[in-house]
Amino acid sequence: MTPTRPRSFQEIILRLQTYWGDKGCAVLQPYDMEVGAGTFHPATTLRALGSRPWAAAYVQPSRRPTDGRYGENPNRLQHYYQYQVLIKPSPPDLQELYLGSLAAIGIDASLHDIRFVEDDWESPTLGAWGLGWEVWCDGMEVSQFTYFQQVGGHDCDPVSGELTYGLERLAMYVLGIDHVMDMPFNDPQSPIPLTYGDIFRQTEEEYSRWNFDQADTAMLLKHFEDAEAECERILAAPAEDKAGRRIVMAHPAYDQCIKASHIFNLLDARGVISVTERQAYIGRVRALAKKCADAFVATEAGGGVAA
Amino acid sequence: MPDLLIELFSEEIPARMQARAREDLKKLVTDGLVEAGLTYAGAHSLSTPRRLVLAVEGLTAESRPVREERKGPAVGAPEAAVQGFLRSTGMMLEQLEAREGAKGKTWFAVIEKPGRSATSIVAEVLEATIRNFPWPKSMRWGAGSLRWVRPLHGVLCILTDEHGAEVVPLDVDGIRAGNVTRGHRFLAPDAFSVTGFEDYAAKLKRAKVMLDPELRAEHIWHDARNAAFAAGLELVEDKGLLAEVAGLVEWPVVLMGRIGEDFLGLPPEVLQTSMKEHQKFFSARNPKTGRIEAFVTVANTETADHGATILKGNQKVLSARLSDAKFFWENDLRTVAQEGMEGMAAGLANVTFHNKLGSQKDRIDRIEALAREIAPLVGAKPDLAAEAARVAKADLQSAMVGEFPELQGTMGVYYAKAAGLPEAVANACKAHYQPLGPSDEVPSEPVSVAVALADKIDTLTGFWAIDEKPTGSKDPFALRRAALGVIRLVLGNGVRLPLSHLIERGLLAHTPYMRSYAVHTGQQEYHDAADEIEFGRPVHLSDLLAFFHDRLKVHLRDEGIRHDVIDACLAMPGNDDLTLLVKRAEALAAFLKTDDGGNLIQGFKRANNILTQAEEKDGVEYSFGADPKFAEDASERTLFAALDAAEAAISPAMQAEDFATAMAAMAKLRAPIDAFFEAVQVNTDNAIVRRNRLNLLSRIRAICLSVADLTKIEG
Repeated sequence: MTPTRPRSFQEIILRLQTYWGDKGCAVLQPYDMEVGAGTFHPATTLRALGSRPWAAAYVQPSRRPTDGRYGENPNRLQHYYQYQVLIKPSPPDLQELYLGSLAAIGIDASLHDIRFVEDDWESPTLGAWGLGWEVWCDGMEVSQFTYFQQVGGHDCDPVSGELTYGLERLAMYVLGIDHVMDMPFNDPQSPIPLTYGDIFRQTEEEYSRWNFDQADTAMLLKHFEDAEAECERILAAPAEDKAGRRIVMAHPAYDQCIKASHIFNLLDARGVISVTERQAYIGRVRALAKKCADAFVATEAGGGVAA
Repeated sequence: MPDLLIELFSEEIPARMQARAREDLKKLVTDGLVEAGLTYAGAHSLSTPRRLVLAVEGLTAESRPVREERKGPAVGAPEAAVQGFLRSTGMMLEQLEAREGAKGKTWFAVIEKPGRSATSIVAEVLEATIRNFPWPKSMRWGAGSLRWVRPLHGVLCILTDEHGAEVVPLDVDGIRAGNVTRGHRFLAPDAFSVTGFEDYAAKLKRAKVMLDPELRAEHIWHDARNAAFAAGLELVEDKGLLAEVAGLVEWPVVLMGRIGEDFLGLPPEVLQTSMKEHQKFFSARNPKTGRIEAFVTVANTETADHGATILKGNQKVLSARLSDAKFFWENDLRTVAQEGMEGMAAGLANVTFHNKLGSQKDRIDRIEALAREIAPLVGAKPDLAAEAARVAKADLQSAMVGEFPELQGTMGVYYAKAAGLPEAVANACKAHYQPLGPSDEVPSEPVSVAVALADKIDTLTGFWAIDEKPTGSKDPFALRRAALGVIRLVLGNGVRLPLSHLIERGLLAHTPYMRSYAVHTGQQEYHDAADEIEFGRPVHLSDLLAFFHDRLKVHLRDEGIRHDVIDACLAMPGNDDLTLLVKRAEALAAFLKTDDGGNLIQGFKRANNILTQAEEKDGVEYSFGADPKFAEDASERTLFAALDAAEAAISPAMQAEDFATAMAAMAKLRAPIDAFFEAVQVNTDNAIVRRNRLNLLSRIRAICLSVADLTKIEG
């Protein structure tokens, strides 16, 4: 049976949550830090490492300071939502599961043209890459579908399958909306109907100004250095704590790596990073990500220690 | 004679990899079968996004038995020798035969390899093929270790003969071969079994899969052209896009839509690039106006609404994309209207070209200086060439090229015209990148030629100065292409250019940036390298010139001129003037093809050998003073006269760079030289006569070497 068409942005999110929950994923909450994409959530980056099985789905608010357009562009935002699914090992029917999720949000494969178009994924800051596709629906990219091969410089074994949905774009298509700010966030029949613009137009404007003109670059540069130093310090600490317990602090270190990555994005938006420096900064974040990955695979969750 | 059918069923294979994969599958399997002793009548491979298919017809049912006899040690030979023989043959002593020979009994091993069934050979060959398939990029999935381009889900492998079809038993990492496949992902997803290739192809067609990529491409092209034609438009041909699109669909359905009125004012290249790059759309052009007015998209499915929803969705995405493009176009036009092309280019001062060679602006300044110098040599006005150099890369700072890098140059022409610059300057924005490859057009407008040469010489000398030369297959800065570009620009336009001088200027123009890099980074070696260029031996100059000569050899070899002919001309002075060099080489190549030419070379070589040996033996150089009065034989006197005549003709011809005339004059020496060697002996007992004859030979040598270094000619 074809499900009814959803009526709001949140209904699409809720349907994805229900769908992936029903398929056995742990429905997690967003990570409580500023990230550029759902992949940065430790539930993806770190959990894609090591041998222990994993299945998680979550919404992740994501920030890309350079994409800010003061809320004026119909499709571009500096703050947006990604829906992320990570299953390890990737099940043999992952494509079918994914197509089922499209059906759940009202995309009927008998009316639309859904295609898997080559798009290999690489994250230079995470030292990660994988092979897969961008999924097209009637010529529009609605998701990224990737089989992770390496994360933080480590081979993924087993391999995780990762799905990333750009929620605003997908929802605009399903709901037939031309400008993101016009999209109903809750049900338009609600006592207090709210559009995406009611919630985010002002914030887009505020953050665009801050990202492009106001962010204190000297302070950010210092924060970058601090996060980098703290990450390395945490990882250099002895594995045993003062009571002699073995506690490798992979996650706190990784938080600092996330922080450094986001600060780099902010500095980039402020235009203070030259082309050559850019590569050097990306290399520094990647070095942190690799060290965090090294640390994680030595932990229990990373499969390095028997549970 | 069974037929073999193989289908490797996977998740979507990247379109660009399918053609190569078809070839590889065919080669690996058929080579493997033949190596194992089978023969076959024919084989062809096919593909869709989800399957790689090979059909082999007329395969032998089993390989021939092989019988091999090997002679071993004598019976009674030391134990170690016998054991060694047993190990190498894999046999036991009681399996050996002792045969009587002339020198007593000898052990023989008779190894019989029975014929093997095609079934077991196919299983072995296919497994090896799957495990070692040369995908350009492959991956693992799930918890397995098998690698394929994307997850492999099924192997269909059957041998079919008059008794029916038999599944080849095979298991690759848990994927068991069978006789079952599936149809189109959405239109006919159910599994079905097949009995042979024809049955397979027919059932797939019913299951909405068009198996043959060429037929899919034909089908797409045919339907797309018809759709365009029906709307009074013509389809813009794009073979690469067609092959790609054919690799993205199993059941192509062509849909055409109109481009919104708002976007029709965009340059056709912009519409075409945006539609092709982002959405893999074909463009349809109005033949009357040349404008691109519609797009053709190829869906992979049939729908109840005949594609209306799909087309609407595609149109929506296109509008969003073209809105971006229009925004860029209008922004860029506003920039050039307000600030001119040089205003657009201003930001290039902040873009690094190479950290050791300065910014893009620094690079443009160098190109401008070189272009100004080259201009008079190619018939361009120096000021125009300089202006063209200043604006030629301005579009790198445009929003449009930021979005579509492949439009660099093309946009520059539009923007330069919009800025009111002369046509010749505008055209150079695109033409100065050319020729981009061996088959790309060579610019001929003088201003474009000057900037194109300056651009390439600047790049080459820059990377030579910092020692980033191409090595082996590594040429990250496309320097071979740049050198070939210079060669083709020079030869194509008949330009006379003192290349050494320009290389020198180019090298010197880079040293300030190298010094600045050395100061900023403390890397003293770049300071030293700059010193070397400014004050040292001109090693980079001769090295880069040799690089040009190497590329020229490759280029001329493709034109049918032998390498030894080029070497003979390279040894002459003025070899940095490529036009002159090639003129000489062409004349020499033509000369060598004549009967006189070939024989004269033999005469020259004989003269040169005798002379060289005598000079070595006597420790003197015979180069002067041949006198007719010591001539004893008529043939000698004739040769004297012929040499006088040749010298008189060759010298002015060489002055006039008329190599053909010079060589024709040289050809006249053939008969007198042959007659001379026939009649006289050079090394006679009479020392005076001998010396005179050696000096005569030296005149032959001098004349011949004045045209080209004929010692380099082979054969």
